[in-house]
Amino acid sequence: MSEKLFMKGNEALAEGAVRAGCRFFAGYPITPQNEVPEYMSWRLPEVGGTFIQAESEVAAINMLFGASAVGTRTMTSSSSPGISLKQEGISYCASAELPIFYSNIVRGGPGLGNIAPAQGDYFQSTRGGGHGDYRVFVMAPKSVSEMANFPRKCYEVAFKYRIPTMILADGILGQMMEPLEFDFEPIDPNTLPLPSWALRGTNGGERRTVKSYDLRPSAMEAWNFRLEKKYNEIIEKEVKFETVKIEDADIILAAYGTAARICESALMLGRREGLKIGLVRPITVWPFPTQVFRDLARRVRKFLVVEMSLGQFVEDVQLSINGKAEIHLHKRPAGGIPTGEEVLEVTRKVLAGDESKVFARP
Amino acid sequence: MYQGVIMAGFGGQGVVSGGIMLAYCGMVDGLNVTFFPAYGAEMRGGTANCSVVLSTDPVASPVVGQPDSILIMNEPSLAKFEPMLKPGGRLFLNTSLVSSRPKRTDVEVIEVPANDIAEELGNIKCANMVMLGAYARKSGAVKPETLKDNIKEIYPKAKEAMLEMNKKAVDRGAAAV
Amino acid sequence: MEKIVFEQTSGLTDVPMRYCPGCGHGIVHRLVAECFTELGMKEKTIGVAPVGCSVFADEYFNVDMIQGAHGRGPAIATGIKRNRPECLVFSYQGDGDLASIGMAETIHAAARSENITIIFINNAIYGMTGGQMAPTTLIGMKSSTSPYGRTIAANGYPIRVCELLAALDGPVFLERTSVDKPAAVVKTKKAIRRAFQYQIEKRGFTLVEILSQCPTDWAMQPLQSLERIRNEMIPYFPLGVYKEPADSKSSVMSDEPVVAEKKE
Repeated sequence: MSEKLFMKGNEALAEGAVRAGCRFFAGYPITPQNEVPEYMSWRLPEVGGTFIQAESEVAAINMLFGASAVGTRTMTSSSSPGISLKQEGISYCASAELPIFYSNIVRGGPGLGNIAPAQGDYFQSTRGGGHGDYRVFVMAPKSVSEMANFPRKCYEVAFKYRIPTMILADGILGQMMEPLEFDFEPIDPNTLPLPSWALRGTNGGERRTVKSYDLRPSAMEAWNFRLEKKYNEIIEKEVKFETVKIEDADIILAAYGTAARICESALMLGRREGLKIGLVRPITVWPFPTQVFRDLARRVRKFLVVEMSLGQFVEDVQLSINGKAEIHLHKRPAGGIPTGEEVLEVTRKVLAGDESKVFARP
Repeated sequence: MYQGVIMAGFGGQGVVSGGIMLAYCGMVDGLNVTFFPAYGAEMRGGTANCSVVLSTDPVASPVVGQPDSILIMNEPSLAKFEPMLKPGGRLFLNTSLVSSRPKRTDVEVIEVPANDIAEELGNIKCANMVMLGAYARKSGAVKPETLKDNIKEIYPKAKEAMLEMNKKAVDRGAAAV
Repeated sequence: MEKIVFEQTSGLTDVPMRYCPGCGHGIVHRLVAECFTELGMKEKTIGVAPVGCSVFADEYFNVDMIQGAHGRGPAIATGIKRNRPECLVFSYQGDGDLASIGMAETIHAAARSENITIIFINNAIYGMTGGQMAPTTLIGMKSSTSPYGRTIAANGYPIRVCELLAALDGPVFLERTSVDKPAAVVKTKKAIRRAFQYQIEKRGFTLVEILSQCPTDWAMQPLQSLERIRNEMIPYFPLGVYKEPADSKSSVMSDEPVVAEKKE
C-alpha cells in the first residue's frame, strides 16, 4: 500500500496521526517524546493544520478541548508527569464526549523519576486517569509500525463513540527506529462530514452546547449511565489482542507493548529447546481482552505476566482468570528492561514448579 | 543471523548517524533491523551511543544487553562497553583516539585508526564511515557497497564532494581489516 | 405611536437567569449579547463559559457555547479560534478563574495575541463557592477565607490584571470599566463592542475588565455594593483604556447597530 519507511517511533506516531487526519496539535516539551511536537511543528503547517507549543500541559489539553469541540481531529502528546497534568482536561473531554487523541510515551516514575522506558502508567491509563467515572480507549503498540498505524484506529473509535483515545507506549517505542509501512491511505479531514454536535456558530441553525456538567438533581447519574452504555458497547466491539502459539501451550506469557515484544523473543528461544510457550498480547489494554484469558485458563495451568512496572497489568489478568489458573509475575519497574533470555529463564523456573514469582494479591 | 551492535563515542563523532546508517543498510540488504539511541539528559559533552540489531528473524528487543560487536570511537567508551561484549565478540577500536587497549582476552580486537584515515581523506567527520566500513567487511552483516550506495539517504543535505569522501572512507575502513 | 425604549436582545435565550438580586453578571451578559448581535455576528459566535457563578452562561447566551475547566477559558478559546477563525470567540471569566487558577493561560493567550476576546468580571470575590478571598479581593476586605479582612502580610496584594497585561506586547485592546451606574454600563458596552470589533478585524488579543458587584457575598444591600465599587474598588482598580491600537482615534467606532434587531 505504501513504501517502506525507516522512522523513529515518535515520528512515525506523529506522521500516523497526520495521515489519519490530525490537523491540530498542542503540546509541551518533555523527554522522551519531544520528537512528536517537533515533527508536528513542521508537518502540520504542510497540510494546513495548526501546531501550538502550549504554555503548559494543562493549557495544551484545554486547547484540545476547544479544538475538538469544533470537530477537528486533535492530538497532544506527553510523557508520564505531563500526562498527570493533563488528567483534569481528559476527564472534562470524557464527560463532554469530545473525541481527542493523545499519546503517553511512558518514562520512569513516580515523581520526576527518570527518562527511561517504563510501563508504570498502566493503572492511570486503563482506569480513566482523572476524576470521575470514565474510561479512555487505550491502544498499546509494540513496534514503530504500530505506532504509525494505530492513530487511525484511535480517531475512528474516538469519533464513533465520542471518547478520548490514547496510545500507551514507552521510551523504547518512542526512540527506536525500524522499518514500517502504512496500512492505510492518508485521510483528508476536509472530506469528512462535520459531526452533528460540533460547534460552528449557529449559522441560523440550532444552538449547540458542549459541557461536562449537569447540576440538576439526578441528571448526572443519568449522564454517567449514558457514558457507561457507550463503554459497554466498546468492550463488546473494540477489543483487540494478538496471540502467538497458544494452541499447544503449557504456559502463557502475558504482556503488552515493549514487554510483549521481549516475551516474543523468549517464546522463540524457548520453543527452540522444546518448551511449549504461548503468548497473549492485549493490543487494547482498555477494553481489556478478558475473554481470551478466561478461555485459556480452562486448559492452561500457568500464566507468566511480564511487565515493566510493579504489578499493575497483572491485576487485569488476575480479574480475567479469576482464580482458575496460577499467575506468576516478573516485574521490572522504572527503566528495568527485561531481556528475552531473562524471561525465558523465569519461564523455565515457573514450568519447573518454582513458586517464587507466584502473584496473589487479594 | 543475529548481530547486536553498539557504537559509542563522543557526541559529534557521528555515532548516532552511524548507527542509523548501519540499521538502514541492513534494511536495504533485506534484514530485520532496529536502531535504538541512548537518550541521555545531557545534550552536549557526554558520551553518545546507540544499539543496532541486524537479524534474519524478527527483532524482539531493540536494546542490546550483550553485543556481538562494539564499535569504540573514544577512550571512555572502551571502559564502558568492553565488559558487556559477548565472549568471542568483536571489538572494533578507533586506535587514533584510544590509547589504552582492551583487557579481555576472550574477544577479537580489530584495530582501526579511523580518525587518522578520515584526516587523510580530508575531514575527521567521516571517521564513523571508516569504522562502519571495517565492521561491514569483517562481520559480513551488511555489504560495504550498500553503505556506499545509501550515504545520501542518511545525509540528504551532503554535497557531492562530501558524499565521495564518505564512500572512500567506507572503502578505506573495509581495507583496514 | 408607542416608542420602544428597551427590548430584550435575541442574543440571550429565554432561560431565566439564576443570578442573585443586584448581581452584575446579568447586566454584562446582556451587553455581551447585544454587542455580538448588533455586530451581525450572532450566528458566528462561540462563547466559552467558565466555572463559577457564570457557569450557566452556556444556557443564557443564544449562541454555540462550550463550558470548560476552571481557569482554562483562554486555552479553550485558543483551540476554537485556531480552527474556526471565521467565528467570534469570547471567553467569559471571573477573577478567581482568570487571575488565580488560570493566570498562566490568561498571560500566554495575551502574549500570543490570540485573536479572542475575554470578558473579565472582577467582583473581588469567589461567588459560587461562597465568598472566599479572590486574587482581586481588596486589602481589609472580609471574605469567608479572610474573616478578619485581607492583610498584606498574610495574603499579599490584589492583582491589577489590565496593568499586568498592558506590559505585554500581545494585547491590542485592554479596558477596565464598571457597571455601578447607567453611564458606566453604557461605557462598558462600548468597550465590549470595541473589543469584538478588533477581533473581527483580526487585530489580536482583547480583554475588557468589568468591576462588578456581588451583594450576596459582600454581605451588602445592592445599593451599598454599588457604593463599594465607587469608593473602594475604582480607587484601587482605576477605570480606563490600558491598551488600544495606535490607529484607534482615526477609527472611532459608531454606536449604531450594524444589524438592526428584528422583531420576532
